[in-house]
Amino acid sequence: MKFADAIDDALAQAMADDPKIVILGEDVQALRRNLLVRFGEERVRNAPISEGAFVGAAVAAAMAGLRPVVEVMLIDFVTVALDAIVNHAAKVEAFSGWRVPLVVRSACGGGYGDAGQHEQSLWGWLAHIPGLTVLVPSNPADAGGLMTAALAAGGPVIYLEHKLLSEPWLEAMGSGGRSTVSFDVPAAGARGKVPARWQPLPIGQAALLREGRDIGLVSVGVGVHRCLAAARTLQDQGFSAAVLDLRTVSPLDRDALGRLTAATGRILVVDEDYRGFGLSGEIAAVLLEQGIACKYGRVCTEQTIPYSRALEDEVLPGTARILRESLRLLG
Amino acid sequence: MPADLLSLYAQMLRSRLFEEAVTRLWAEGAISGEMHLGLGEEGIAAGVVTQLRDGDALALDHRGTPPLLMRGLDPVLLLKELLGRQDGLCGGRGGHMHLFAPALLAASSGIVGASGPAAAGFALAAKHLRPGSVAVCFFGEGAMNQGMLMEALNLAAAWSLPVLFVCKDSRLAISTLSASVTGGSLLARAQSFGLTAAEVDGAQVLEVWDKAGELLARLRQGQGPCFLLARCIHLEGHLLGDQVLRTARAPVKEMRSMAGGLVKAALAPRGGTLRQRIAGAGKIGAMLRRSRQDLQAPTGDPLAVARARLEADPERLGRVEEETRQEILRVVREAVRP
Repeated sequence: MKFADAIDDALAQAMADDPKIVILGEDVQALRRNLLVRFGEERVRNAPISEGAFVGAAVAAAMAGLRPVVEVMLIDFVTVALDAIVNHAAKVEAFSGWRVPLVVRSACGGGYGDAGQHEQSLWGWLAHIPGLTVLVPSNPADAGGLMTAALAAGGPVIYLEHKLLSEPWLEAMGSGGRSTVSFDVPAAGARGKVPARWQPLPIGQAALLREGRDIGLVSVGVGVHRCLAAARTLQDQGFSAAVLDLRTVSPLDRDALGRLTAATGRILVVDEDYRGFGLSGEIAAVLLEQGIACKYGRVCTEQTIPYSRALEDEVLPGTARILRESLRLLG
Repeated sequence: MPADLLSLYAQMLRSRLFEEAVTRLWAEGAISGEMHLGLGEEGIAAGVVTQLRDGDALALDHRGTPPLLMRGLDPVLLLKELLGRQDGLCGGRGGHMHLFAPALLAASSGIVGASGPAAAGFALAAKHLRPGSVAVCFFGEGAMNQGMLMEALNLAAAWSLPVLFVCKDSRLAISTLSASVTGGSLLARAQSFGLTAAEVDGAQVLEVWDKAGELLARLRQGQGPCFLLARCIHLEGHLLGDQVLRTARAPVKEMRSMAGGLVKAALAPRGGTLRQRIAGAGKIGAMLRRSRQDLQAPTGDPLAVARARLEADPERLGRVEEETRQEILRVVREAVRP
């Protein structure tokens, strides 16, 4: 099954089970047309371009018993709705114990030439806020399983869908029906086996996708596949690299990070989000707190993502940069 | 100064031919990612921008090409930027949604509604530093539901800022019918903030020119912000490769990939009632019909409207069209040169 189909399939299963689940957002009747024709327009509701209002409304609707999946088309646009998410969705339970069973679904990530206002990741930025769960699946099985988990979580969840994995998004924003452009889509992330019936994946549990002794590569989303590609090349050069897919940015799987570091002694974090004050630094802190000594490096996005495909390739964490940094740590 | 339809037409044609060249380059794959063009908006851009002076500022949305060309930006520099070249307007780092020309006080944004606050800020600076100058912002009717734009309307009124808010009303916010997600009337909304507001047909460049001229004169005299609501169509939909438009143009080809999922979902056990499912399918049908109607509405094309009136003097018209064609050919040749 394709990545985006898995998400919508998991949503459909949950919507059939629970009539309180509704989808809200800009253009969702076009984006989620398969859910529209099955569940009707009351449960797949188009919103005006008013993120502040409709995300804010989704927070209170969740408090009042609905189970909204609110779509912020691209995570870059969450900036317009941050008050609802940061000051309200994330805090109401801490203030009062009142739960906010809200899922914010949004497309993220770059690699198709759309520049810095449409290609950001921002998961570390959101994970910074206590009270928010942040999920970033890297393949169809995890995508459906984590959406099922998000719907069952009972608290606010940010669910991020990378555009290179999600064919409809890449089609709409990258190719637009053209065959004259191509993108570095990781095949194993875009399409894969899924269970017949969706079960929630445990939130906060990383997946060790590849065992290794010499170095541990840690990432989420598309970065996981860049790491797997780098690990194969490293193997050809005689190094054994493990790859850990965090799947959940917040809460972080501290135990899995600890085990991986103890086993390899070298950790390289690959993060498509910005380098400073984010996931990569947090992982270093988590390891220090556990008293685990290691050689540490990171390959992240370090500047505003440029529009030009050639410049963008240099800025986003690609396999070549991962290899270079791995070899430095191994050297 | 009376409007000169031929020169306005020349400006519109220049923008049209430039964007048609962009469309070809995009189709060839020389431009990646999204591409939102102003094809269909030229009457609004020409009617407003050709009346700006040195010191006036422009806050643009994600369709900045026509206003920037009409403001006098070097088209080669612009095209090189769209091609992602390092010798482009922004070094290939901005692309079509993030075009910035400091010398022209022109800035664009890919965030819907962001041009409103930007214009308020440009106007505030003008009040202090360049009295008599104005700021113009362009945005679509979809942006009229964005809080920051509503706040900017109020801010401009409260501070009596010289801003002309230009709302390009294509009736569609991406593929959502704006009327279905918008309460009240946009004109009344702007008026309720205390702005002087007017409505025009954006396909009639002279009408836009006249009304914009009146409003700009008010702004320059310090009489507070104004709002111009101009209807238009988007000839290429929301963006190049617009899926709804593609499906309307080639239903058999496009529906092949979509139909399976739709039918399966519509027939899936558990879910909405039959009535709800039929209504849902009806929504999708309506979406496709709307874009077909736009395709069949050439009267909404500002170039066709202007050209029909200029045909009385075919010789002058032909000369201008040929000169413009030659210019754009030169621009493209120069921009794609290695």
